[in-house]
Amino acid sequence: MKISKAHIWDYTLTACFFLLGSIYLLFTIALLICDFTYIKPEFLHKIIAQEEIRYALKLSLFSSSISAVAALLMAVPIGYILTRYNFRGKSAVEAILDIPIVLPPVVVGLSLLLLFRLMPEKLSFAVIYEVPAVIIAQITVITAFAVRITRAVFEQVNVRYENVAMTLGCTRWQAFVKVLLPQVLPGLISAFTLCWAKALGEFGPILIFAGATRLKTEVLTTSVYLELSTGNIETAVSIALVMILFSSLILFIVRKYGKGLNREAAV
Amino acid sequence: MIRSENLCIKCGNFSLSNISFTIPENKWGILMGKSGCGKTTILESVCGLRKIRTGKIILGDTDATGFHPLERNIGYVPQDTALFPTMTVFENIAFPLRVRKWKNDAAAARVGEIAGLLGIEKLLGRSPVNLSGGEKQLAAIGRALAFSPKYLCLDEPLSSLDEDRKEDLFVMLEKIKKSINVTTLHITHSQTEAERLGDIILILKDGKIDAK
Repeated sequence: MKISKAHIWDYTLTACFFLLGSIYLLFTIALLICDFTYIKPEFLHKIIAQEEIRYALKLSLFSSSISAVAALLMAVPIGYILTRYNFRGKSAVEAILDIPIVLPPVVVGLSLLLLFRLMPEKLSFAVIYEVPAVIIAQITVITAFAVRITRAVFEQVNVRYENVAMTLGCTRWQAFVKVLLPQVLPGLISAFTLCWAKALGEFGPILIFAGATRLKTEVLTTSVYLELSTGNIETAVSIALVMILFSSLILFIVRKYGKGLNREAAV
Repeated sequence: MIRSENLCIKCGNFSLSNISFTIPENKWGILMGKSGCGKTTILESVCGLRKIRTGKIILGDTDATGFHPLERNIGYVPQDTALFPTMTVFENIAFPLRVRKWKNDAAAARVGEIAGLLGIEKLLGRSPVNLSGGEKQLAAIGRALAFSPKYLCLDEPLSSLDEDRKEDLFVMLEKIKKSINVTTLHITHSQTEAERLGDIILILKDGKIDAK
């Protein structure tokens, strides 16, 4: 078979892309190998048994779950409105909703601190440097991501399904619950898990708004920071491993349920 | 009767003005016109899915202009059928009955009756994802007829089918026309379709409607 100049260009491009992709792939694998080989498994058990770390783990799991639910409760209506309605000022609303994504995390934390300083004293004391601050900081950042995901999820479903449902006897609410929601459910599960993972890894706003008090507002990310700052690298790596395990579990769920997203496209 | 009186619709840069037509009771009205001339827009306005600027939609003796789609008693079959992919064909056809809180036995009997009329009994347990174009159209027509609507709106039901399937569905539409008393607004490009099925043919051209 004759290999033309065009073929050579095709092969070169494919080889270059493979090479560039492989660099990042190997880099990611190297990161994980380093983490997993740095400490012995028995040390990991010892670390997880520590009261402070167990508290941080519990608070991380609890706050991430609450934040992801709250973010989705806000993101679903926003995503629905942005994909189903046109109104004046829509692009301004979209831009404002994107702000928490582009703001530096520390600025989000600082802004939250300033906002809650203006609130009534009782509320301010109950939130700042307390557990609610951890949840509010997470919600502030992840809701913006949740809105982006829910928008993409709703955009995949043609509005005609709801229109037909309304001619068949549904109110808009019934069309949403009976027709749209079952179709977007896999996407919403993916959105929930991604937001949960993002909340679990949040650090900057939590440090500023909730502080890093042991057995009070310490989450896993702040634990890594506190242990590193005192030179306990093994402990920091152990906590990092716990976070890697949870993130991997999330990735598995997203890949499993995310596949259902394009089912409607075949109809 | 489906009547449109001086209908004006605007969506984006596209607009239609002073659209008037009448499809008498229990007649099959065909709306023809070139692609992009606004046929689907008119049909969606009749169904209450598109806001109109001025004019009236009269259904029977009632001014239905401000009515919610669910109050119009119209069975609507869009061009892409929009069968709900998370439900089986049975569940799709039973959907309008479940919304109306029919009992399971009565709903199942009605679905069986509709499936018998359309010859789709074997498809009831299948997902719409696994149906051919013609089967999807039949299932969507079945769903639209399940709640015995007074009016039927069909948006190019035969356009995506090959010739053999088209003929089968033609025969089925003729059967529906003979056996069910329903006032129909049917959009098509095809002259043959219009001549075989239409009691009244409406031609949309340059934003105006001529009736034949």
